[in-house]
Amino acid sequence: MAKPFREILKTKDFVVTAEAGPVKGSNVSKAIEHIELLKDKVDGLNVTDNQSSVMRYPSLGVCLLIKEHGGEPVLQVTCRDRNRLAIQADLLFAYSRGISNILCLTGDSIDVGDHKEAKQVFDLDSVQLIHLVHTMNSGKDMAGNELDGGIDFCIGTTATPSADPLEPQLIKVEKKLKAGVSFIQTQAVYELDELKRFTEFVRNIDGKVKILAGIVPVIGAKMAAYMNENVPGVFIPQHLIDELAQAPKGTGVAKGIEIAARMIKQIKEEKVCDGVHIMFIGREEKVPEILEAAGLS
Amino acid sequence: MIIAERKPMEEIMRMLAPYKKVLVAGCGTCVTVCWVGGEKEVAILASELKLARSAEGNEIVTLEATVERQCEREMVAEIKDKVAEVEAVLSLACGSGVQTMAEMFEDKPVFPAVNTTFIGMPEKEGLWVEMCGACGDCFLDRTGGICPVVRCAKGLLNGPCGGTRKGGKCEIDPEKDCAWVLIYRRLEKQGRLDLMRNYYPPKNYRAVKRPGKVQAAKA
Repeated sequence: MAKPFREILKTKDFVVTAEAGPVKGSNVSKAIEHIELLKDKVDGLNVTDNQSSVMRYPSLGVCLLIKEHGGEPVLQVTCRDRNRLAIQADLLFAYSRGISNILCLTGDSIDVGDHKEAKQVFDLDSVQLIHLVHTMNSGKDMAGNELDGGIDFCIGTTATPSADPLEPQLIKVEKKLKAGVSFIQTQAVYELDELKRFTEFVRNIDGKVKILAGIVPVIGAKMAAYMNENVPGVFIPQHLIDELAQAPKGTGVAKGIEIAARMIKQIKEEKVCDGVHIMFIGREEKVPEILEAAGLS
Repeated sequence: MIIAERKPMEEIMRMLAPYKKVLVAGCGTCVTVCWVGGEKEVAILASELKLARSAEGNEIVTLEATVERQCEREMVAEIKDKVAEVEAVLSLACGSGVQTMAEMFEDKPVFPAVNTTFIGMPEKEGLWVEMCGACGDCFLDRTGGICPVVRCAKGLLNGPCGGTRKGGKCEIDPEKDCAWVLIYRRLEKQGRLDLMRNYYPPKNYRAVKRPGKVQAAKA
């Protein structure tokens, strides 16, 4: 059985998590394949919550599969699709089934997804969601009612170190830190300097929170341009796009893995932060190659 | 004021298909100011209707009337004689006006010719933007007079989401400013950024029990 993530955060020098994106449909064989492949290679497996506002198998469902297969799941919860009643009920269910790590996010807008006419909820925002989990961790619901059997989640959140302008983002990060989080898994970072600047900011407020840098491999110049245009919170610098453009045809994936591994190595060697969170969306089977190239396996 | 947009002509034509004589009714307040439902727009829509129906070989007779405010019973009552002459009413007022009209003339079908979109203001000539969501629990004192409830695409209360685009534009539209970047800049200018650092708990989304009702304080 995997070690509890809370313990890992306290004891391990360099924490590695990866993302397992739920499937579109009820056939979970691919998800199980990814879980089996990754569960012993990483310290925690995040499961996205209708990622990019595209309807999929639920985060909760894949987290249960991870648990059943002996991995350590991190339940991602966004504020977009559920109001405060639904979120609290889901947390009770998740905890009762052995899931005890949560990543609190705002969630992408409905407009970027595949159900563009849906009613978006945002009853809470991500800072309020963190407060909500603390309230429930203390044995009460949001309305102040006692819970018969509480929860005890290890709480994490996200941040965008490359945001422009950065200051409004940092004010929000400060609120999240003050609300109380044990870990931050950042959005994709491609510039070490941006990550250093962000880490320094966080450390000045909270010396204990663990920062895992978001690694999203890019496998081609076109994909990079597309992501810059369409994926919220992603900013790929021109020098990386140029490097990808120069890669010989058919070597895009290898180049993407090389760049990602280089970044991870630098982060680890220079002790920029406490670990990495690898999001290789749709190519989860390639994550072990990144780990190997980065010297982490 | 209340902003609205004209419905597509095909939709209006479908609604009026069974009728031969209709009243096209405008409103002299908000929808006049936003160029969608005043006297002028009533005249244009009536002509368009007649032309389109004539082209189908199915002539329609239109009467025209514009009252000062279609959301007030007394003002709507002024056109009761014209309503009596027609089979149906096509209202260019906001949803409130359409419903007042429908309530006043219960025996007549009343159809909306516009989609009521939001409470807003003119940004430049011919362009209106949303400003207020009528949430019943005004938050503007904490945000430098910029409403995150409707001007942030997600209605966030504690700062921007992680999807803000380069230069402080909104995740869903590179043309739109991120409301929280606007709030940041305004509060910074006023030396009141502490307001943005405060934590704001979840909003009371039931401040207005729908349908809303407001009783004036007794004099």
